[in-house]
Amino acid sequence: MLCVLAHKDWDFLSIAKETLAMQPPRTRTQREVAPAEHPSGDPRFALIDRTLKRFRFQQDALIEVLHTAQEAFGFLEEDLLLYVARQLKLPPSWVYGVATFYHFFSLKPQGEHNCIVCMGTACYVKRAAEIVATLQAAYGIEAGHTTPDGKFSLNTARCLGSCGLAPVLIVDGEVLGRETPEGTLAAVQAAVAGKAAPKVAVSANGVDEEVELP
Amino acid sequence: MNRADLQTMAQREQEKQARFQCRLLCCASTPCLSSGGAAVQQALQDAIKESEASAEVAVVSTGCMGPCSRGPVVTVQVQGEDDVYYENVTPETARQIVADHALAGQPVQEKLLPSDLPFFAKQTKVVLSNSGLIDPERLEDYVARGGYLALAYALREMTPEEVCVEISQSGLRGRGGAGYPTGLKWDLVRKAPSDKKYVVANGDEGDPGAYMDRTLMESDPHRVLEGMAIAGYAVGAEQGFIYVRGEYPVAAKRLERAIRAAERRGLLGSRVLDSSFSFRIDIRIGAGAFVCGEETALMASIMGRRGQPVPRPPYPAQSGLWGHPTLINNVETFGNIVPIIEHGAQWYAGIGTEKSKGTKIFALAGKVENTGLIEVPMGITLREIVFDIGGGIPDGREFKAAQTGGPSGGCIPPQFLDTKVDYESLKALGSIMGSGGLIVMDDQSCMPDVAKFFMEFCMDESCGKCVPCRVGTVQMYRILQRITDGSATLQDLENLEDLCTMVRETSLCGLGQSAPNPVLSTLKYFRNEYEDHIERRTCEAGVCEMTEVPVMALVEELPRRIRAAA
Repeated sequence: MLCVLAHKDWDFLSIAKETLAMQPPRTRTQREVAPAEHPSGDPRFALIDRTLKRFRFQQDALIEVLHTAQEAFGFLEEDLLLYVARQLKLPPSWVYGVATFYHFFSLKPQGEHNCIVCMGTACYVKRAAEIVATLQAAYGIEAGHTTPDGKFSLNTARCLGSCGLAPVLIVDGEVLGRETPEGTLAAVQAAVAGKAAPKVAVSANGVDEEVELP
Repeated sequence: MNRADLQTMAQREQEKQARFQCRLLCCASTPCLSSGGAAVQQALQDAIKESEASAEVAVVSTGCMGPCSRGPVVTVQVQGEDDVYYENVTPETARQIVADHALAGQPVQEKLLPSDLPFFAKQTKVVLSNSGLIDPERLEDYVARGGYLALAYALREMTPEEVCVEISQSGLRGRGGAGYPTGLKWDLVRKAPSDKKYVVANGDEGDPGAYMDRTLMESDPHRVLEGMAIAGYAVGAEQGFIYVRGEYPVAAKRLERAIRAAERRGLLGSRVLDSSFSFRIDIRIGAGAFVCGEETALMASIMGRRGQPVPRPPYPAQSGLWGHPTLINNVETFGNIVPIIEHGAQWYAGIGTEKSKGTKIFALAGKVENTGLIEVPMGITLREIVFDIGGGIPDGREFKAAQTGGPSGGCIPPQFLDTKVDYESLKALGSIMGSGGLIVMDDQSCMPDVAKFFMEFCMDESCGKCVPCRVGTVQMYRILQRITDGSATLQDLENLEDLCTMVRETSLCGLGQSAPNPVLSTLKYFRNEYEDHIERRTCEAGVCEMTEVPVMALVEELPRRIRAAA
């Protein structure tokens, strides 16, 4: 009897040891090296996971998570929205509703270069509409769309908060103030040509910027 | 950190600043940066390094100084002398400033802004008193100018009730637009029974043409945080949120740094300034929806939902974020708290008019010589703002209207230029104070087109929850579209007025209720322009193209068009 018990004990211990051996050791570094990966293996999902964890998977953090997702991926595709919905245990319709409600979230890919024209009151008074019309005509796209080759996106903003410099626009992250339709077109063309043209000098408000050949 | 530590820190920083013979303050807010401010700052630093004067001359990157149209702006502070402003500074001028002014004491005449310029002389800086003088990214700079002393005073010497009474007595009213008495709101939240309360700063400055909140958050973030902490103490909240527009990444970044710096020093977080009061502040980034400026929609957005308003009551003061009492104030309102606690309610109530106390920040823009950010006492006339501070209309053109309050406000015609600017008188004119955008229009602006512009904005921004706003704004926009393209009839004008009343009376939230304001105010003061567009099919300002004709006139028009095409 004792022998049987001892044998059973022994058996239990060995099983426990084996199970322990199968699990990776629970150290901090190990978890950082191998986070729970999305099935696609895209490392950008790790960024979303980090935000999810920071907000402890609270459903209230949806907008913050979508901000991170858009920053990581550039736009919110369906798959991404579904992933966020599943992680936060929200119905997909809810996530889709929020993503389409706010102007900031884009469900379509953006062009390589972009131009955001401010359409605030001050800019409107100083004829920003003419700038938009010029760009629309030059690239054959409506505001809020991307050219078919994916090179250039034209967007409008409600107000960029730099009304003293109206009309204001942002070309590839650089704020340009007191623009004219011609000046804008030149700046945009230079930005889009960017790498293709040899040594383009972008003149934006007296700041000369030289673009090197790749 | 306690109060004594705070004073030591302030003293140390003041001594450090006094060691410099000359300080060069270089504006690093968005407008100046986009006109080349970064290069100017670099040039200043290089020039100081070259002349080996870094022990005597310091370069400080500050927030907005006000005259945005004259940027980049550099202020030179020489010890024992008045501040000197330079406008349109280029890297070359920057080097000259260092060589001539900072080191030799000879101001560079050509880019000098006269110190008696009405733009500066007519302003009263209360909320913006630090803006343009401190480095917004350094807590020490703020503390050196007396920062966080108001919070320390409130925590030590005042009960929450006394703080509410002080704010009530100061006569401060909400700076977000509606002008609700701030002290009353605080007291409501204070009295609301709940174990958890929240304080929210509304920095979702959606009005096109307004950027006061952005400037305040970018130039003096600690003042907003301190104001919020005092509010938290007064109402009994331990958690605050700042809702920042997604379009303002710089403001969000600076606030985040400011919160972290304040938490590290024990000025926020748990046990603020060694008291039993704890207050945490988190940032929420908006995602671009104008309606989120409405308080119930803003709360929905903080809770991660679609920013759609809900009917009030219950007001947020009773049931707000997650069902708890919530205090929501505009960022600018929180900016007023520190001076009130610092100088007392009596002092504050001495500024302004009988019913509107204190100062108001306006973003002056449009067709005016000096555009930029101004802070003026309530009760100043529009004429003083536009012609003295603003320097009048450029190119010798004529003043036509001043638009205040954004898409919820109205246009004020020239005959009311001498009106005193306060909540009541602007409302009587059919406009509102709003958050403080002030756009000046000259005779090149067509009023029906302006109304159409704002209606398009409201149409796009309508959240779609209630029918009057969702459908009404579209119909009003279509009528305005017909008026500006020449195909409207007088019946349309009648319908437009009916729709305005209907939408105003029946909409759920402020967005819908105030959406007809631009149309109503332009109809009131510029009805002749509407009639010109409809009856004579002419646009005096030359903005509208008037290519269409009314349906009934098509019978005569069509053959003419066919002939023209052939």
